[in-house]
Amino acid sequence: MGTQYWWMLLGMALVTYLPRMIPLAFLDEKKLPPIVSGVLKNIPYAVLGALIFPAVLFVQDGNILFGVVGIIVAFAIALLGGGLMVVVLGTIGVLAVYSLFI
Amino acid sequence: MMNKQFIAGIKAGSSIAIGYFPIALTFGLLAKTVGLSIIEATAMSLFVYAGAAQYMSLSLLAKAVDPVLIVLSTFIVNIRHFLMTASLNEKMQPAPKWVKSIYAFGITDESFSVLATSKNDKISTAYAFGVTFISYSSWVTFTAVGHIIGANLPTFLKTAMSIALYAMFIGLLVPSMRGNRKVVMLASIAAMLHCLLYAIGIETGWSILISTLSSAILVEIVYANRRKSDEQLFVKEEES
Repeated sequence: MGTQYWWMLLGMALVTYLPRMIPLAFLDEKKLPPIVSGVLKNIPYAVLGALIFPAVLFVQDGNILFGVVGIIVAFAIALLGGGLMVVVLGTIGVLAVYSLFI
Repeated sequence: MMNKQFIAGIKAGSSIAIGYFPIALTFGLLAKTVGLSIIEATAMSLFVYAGAAQYMSLSLLAKAVDPVLIVLSTFIVNIRHFLMTASLNEKMQPAPKWVKSIYAFGITDESFSVLATSKNDKISTAYAFGVTFISYSSWVTFTAVGHIIGANLPTFLKTAMSIALYAMFIGLLVPSMRGNRKVVMLASIAAMLHCLLYAIGIETGWSILISTLSSAILVEIVYANRRKSDEQLFVKEEES
């Protein structure tokens, strides 16, 4: 690929790093108005919703049911009080069995 | 103390490491088919460290798209992290700028989710290093492995593992949703908005940004109004 590839990599690294670094290094957490800080505190839960849907429906090409089953299993394990690792490994386990049948 | 926090971070981040495993493996394999050497492929995971953007760059490289455009699309896909790190900053333990600048490199959708939903009021720097370190190691290592061996996992296992990150997101969300209607609203409104934006064909990076921000603002306004009317009620009661 040559030199051009490495220049592109440098560019990609910069435009990926800057949005991660600037707010963490330069935002002063105490100086934000309460409404802004309220909105920022809401972000994690909103992000989780947006990260799960609709992407989970497309994890297996052409098989929406696979993602739906995964969601239900993960939800069930989490509701039963399983820790993060139990939810992840448990869901993989159930879907491994399930995928033997599809 | 610092050590303990670092280990706790590694533990919390190991779900991410498992989730990255099949994705990085596949990335390594795809990079090879596009014609990247193992050094070039691993360097991308090492220096860029952005799953969605890396996959996108492969498909653009395969189409011989101008590298400047590839950098530009990478930026667009990653703009959402402005929002995430601004939010995370509210929860992080104060630390010198240069220290924050180091772990900032490791903030992805996944490490952000794990850190930001942590039950501690303030997240320690050592914990952040633990979470990002284990995730990053998995991403880089398995990119290289994927390039060498190809994604030769048994199909049923590879299929099953594709659910890992979503299972993790749910595992993070559910404990916070319990008895907290605000969290339920935030997640479901953002999810619905993202589905809507997806349906009308908005690019993923943008639609995550727009749906997340809209949901966070909307719910905050609803709750601010509710607080206000509660206060008015309280004032009226005092007057009477």
